[in-house]
Amino acid sequence: MIQIEQLHKRFGKNQVLKGIDLNITQKGIFAILGPNGSGKTTLIKAILGMVVPNKGKLLVDSISIKKNWKYRDQIDYLPQIANFPPNLTVKELIVMIKDLRNRPGEDKKLIELFMLEPFLTKKLSNLSGGTKQKVNIVLSLMFDSPIIILDEPTTGLDPIALIRLKELIKEEKAKGKIILITSHIMSFVEEMADEIVFLLEGKVYFKGNIDALKTQTKEANFERAIANLLTYDNA
Amino acid sequence: MDLLKKLLFTLVLFCSFSITAQTIEVCNDCDVSSLKEAIKVSTMCDTILVKKGTYKEYNIVVDKPLTIIGENFPVIDGEDKGEIIRIVSDYVTIDGLFIINVGTSYTSDHAAIRVVRSKHFVIQNVVLENLFFGIYIEKSSHGKIYHNKVIGDAQDEYNSGNGIQLWHSKHILVERNIVQKVRDGIYLEFSDDITINENTSTNNLRYGLHFMFSNDDLYTNNVFENNGAGVAVMFSKRIKMLHNTFKKNWGTAAFGLLLKEINDAEIKHNVFEENTVAINIEGSNRVVYSDNDFISNGYAIKVLGACYANTFEKNNFLYNSFDVSYYNKINDNVFQHNYWSGYTGYDLDEDGVGDVPYRPVKLFSYIVNKTPETIILMRSLFIDIIDFSEKVSPVFTPDNLLDMTPQIKRYQ
Amino acid sequence: MLKILKYSFYDLIRSRWSYVYLLFYLLLGSVLLFLNNDLSKAVITLMNVIIILVPLIGTIFGVMYYYNSKEFTELLLAQPIKRSSIFIGQYLGVALSLTMSLILGLGIPFVLYGLFQSNEIWDFILLLVTGTFLTLIFTALAFNIALYNENKIKGFSYAILVWLFMAVIYDGLFLMSLIAFQSYPLDAFSIGATLVNPIDLSRILILLKLDISALLGYTGAVFQKFFGTNFGLFISIGTLSLWVLLPVLNIYRKCRKKDF
Repeated sequence: MIQIEQLHKRFGKNQVLKGIDLNITQKGIFAILGPNGSGKTTLIKAILGMVVPNKGKLLVDSISIKKNWKYRDQIDYLPQIANFPPNLTVKELIVMIKDLRNRPGEDKKLIELFMLEPFLTKKLSNLSGGTKQKVNIVLSLMFDSPIIILDEPTTGLDPIALIRLKELIKEEKAKGKIILITSHIMSFVEEMADEIVFLLEGKVYFKGNIDALKTQTKEANFERAIANLLTYDNA
Repeated sequence: MDLLKKLLFTLVLFCSFSITAQTIEVCNDCDVSSLKEAIKVSTMCDTILVKKGTYKEYNIVVDKPLTIIGENFPVIDGEDKGEIIRIVSDYVTIDGLFIINVGTSYTSDHAAIRVVRSKHFVIQNVVLENLFFGIYIEKSSHGKIYHNKVIGDAQDEYNSGNGIQLWHSKHILVERNIVQKVRDGIYLEFSDDITINENTSTNNLRYGLHFMFSNDDLYTNNVFENNGAGVAVMFSKRIKMLHNTFKKNWGTAAFGLLLKEINDAEIKHNVFEENTVAINIEGSNRVVYSDNDFISNGYAIKVLGACYANTFEKNNFLYNSFDVSYYNKINDNVFQHNYWSGYTGYDLDEDGVGDVPYRPVKLFSYIVNKTPETIILMRSLFIDIIDFSEKVSPVFTPDNLLDMTPQIKRYQ
Repeated sequence: MLKILKYSFYDLIRSRWSYVYLLFYLLLGSVLLFLNNDLSKAVITLMNVIIILVPLIGTIFGVMYYYNSKEFTELLLAQPIKRSSIFIGQYLGVALSLTMSLILGLGIPFVLYGLFQSNEIWDFILLLVTGTFLTLIFTALAFNIALYNENKIKGFSYAILVWLFMAVIYDGLFLMSLIAFQSYPLDAFSIGATLVNPIDLSRILILLKLDISALLGYTGAVFQKFFGTNFGLFISIGTLSLWVLLPVLNIYRKCRKKDF
């Protein structure tokens, strides 16, 4: 469903992506990991078309995304920082996004799930960070799209909301979707991810499931296996 | 009006002595079928009644006191051959004729009606069209030019004449005439004690009214609009200009009123509206300007130099691009008790007079005088800033040019 | 694009700043009218204020909106919407809400004062047209500046600088060059230099209305043609439209290439 070939991206002098090759064809949850500055966010943004690559191919559903915008209809995206027009209410924002995407969404179910009813008529500028993140989740997951991209979805969530989010992601996976996640919470990744894509210095350094990672690094613990990847490189 | 009464009175008095006066009728199929013939057969103090019709005549000489009256505007057609009527006698009245087609000449100033060395003439209710010169008064006096209509079609200055011209004449009343599209609407040269009242002079090629070397004249309640260059008063003394309207004289060399070498004049209660320059003053002294309205002119007053002891008071200066413009730094003129729409001061003691003096000359007007293209920067914030700094400490503009008593409310 | 425009517009007309702006114009209009007690004098003062203030507010507001809604823009970018629609839509949202504040803020006091019964209505309409043009132009310039500068402080500084340059410094340089080269024929140059700066251009539109008598006192043939006929009005309006069009086209061009 997502095919990436020799993707390069440079910001000024800073070469961030140095030839990413990545093929995601089967369904499941893919965790994109890597140290700070390894190009996770850039990669995600390139898939979303927010960053224009210097070189390389990027196909979603076998169609090049270059100068194309309709393919984004296939993608649900949860941005890292949730910041919305301050003068709209939560309800208006939801209506607006549905209007913009021209699709009905399952917002009712999600609002219930995250207990957002009391905030519906409040202005977005008056919400706490956690509540904003919940709204953010509702906005990005209410459409039934085949690809879901979650950038640090757990930020600011309370334990109940976190559990609900995990359930939700699993439900979506069961529907047969491709789900890309970045996160710094390793336990979350270990619990959720079917496959790890590890980026290092602008390249795919490792791609495989958790067991394969543990075997390769000869570590029993997932967190240590990741750390090992990093130190191995440093050595 | 006194002059008029006196005139009528003397005229009546003069002819009432002749008992033989009779009326001669002229019409196309009468015994007398031309004006010339009628004058020939008439005697002193007769009345010639010209009936409606067209009379193709020119060089008609009126050489005895006669009253020539047109009935329903008979047409005297000069067929472009030359002068039409010449009056060489005292006590002649011309009334109600429609005179057309005066011959154009480059060597002599052909007129529709010319008055030569005569007194006590009256020219009234005459309509002139397609003319060279209209009414030409030469070395005559105590006459009246009343309620005539002069409509020219002048294209160029060199081959057109003036509507009403007075040359070396005195004590003449010019009243309620309408003059259009000639070279100068009304032109006075070496003519003193002339009264010009309630005339309308518009769309003339050069000046609506033009004085040269004429003294002690009075003009009131006239309207001068859209003339090539406005009204010019030059080399004359003691002229009174009251209650006139100067309007829409637009152009590079146009002004409402041009004063050149004028002394001891009075300019009061006039309205100057939308002229490029309302009053252009050069070499004029002891002139009093009061109670005038200057509305939306490019320049209200432009002083070109050598102007001393003039007084500007109780005028309204409303929305002019420049209120006063000076070419030099010396000022010997007085500005007081005027209303300036550009005044931004305050009146804390509420006596109707602003507490801060008003400086009517802006630095920008000085810059525009030096470099005319800079006019395009008018109303720019930058210009406002430099104007303001000049206002605070004058460097280029006369620093004693102030209205110490600017009014808070405009004069009604 | 219309949807984005709609939402930006709704968002903005509820913002505190739009009200401040609207109130400011309401106050300015009423104060001028009641202090002067004279419609035409108030219109003249307003013209002077508008050509300076509207560009300032347009740039500041445009830059501010762009930076403040950056994250929201990113959310929109991930939606199946054309990029140019997002930015042009936001631009129009800002520009139109500012224009509305201007028209309502000035319109209400003047209409209450009896504008429709007066001769000043055409001058007033010209004032609003000029204000609208300036809002459209300077908001577009602000968006351009913001698109080229990720750094908020830099963006703000450039915006203020652009305003300061166009409103004041440009005219100073212009004046100096006119005085320096006064022995050469300058009227074509001065008209050209005026067309380059939208603030000057709006000023000319106002001059054509208010100071035509003074302008006609100048002898240059090009001036005469420009100011003496409708030619000047058409050229001015045309160039102002161009001034809207070019920055908007650049927004369109730039936003398609930019990384977020």
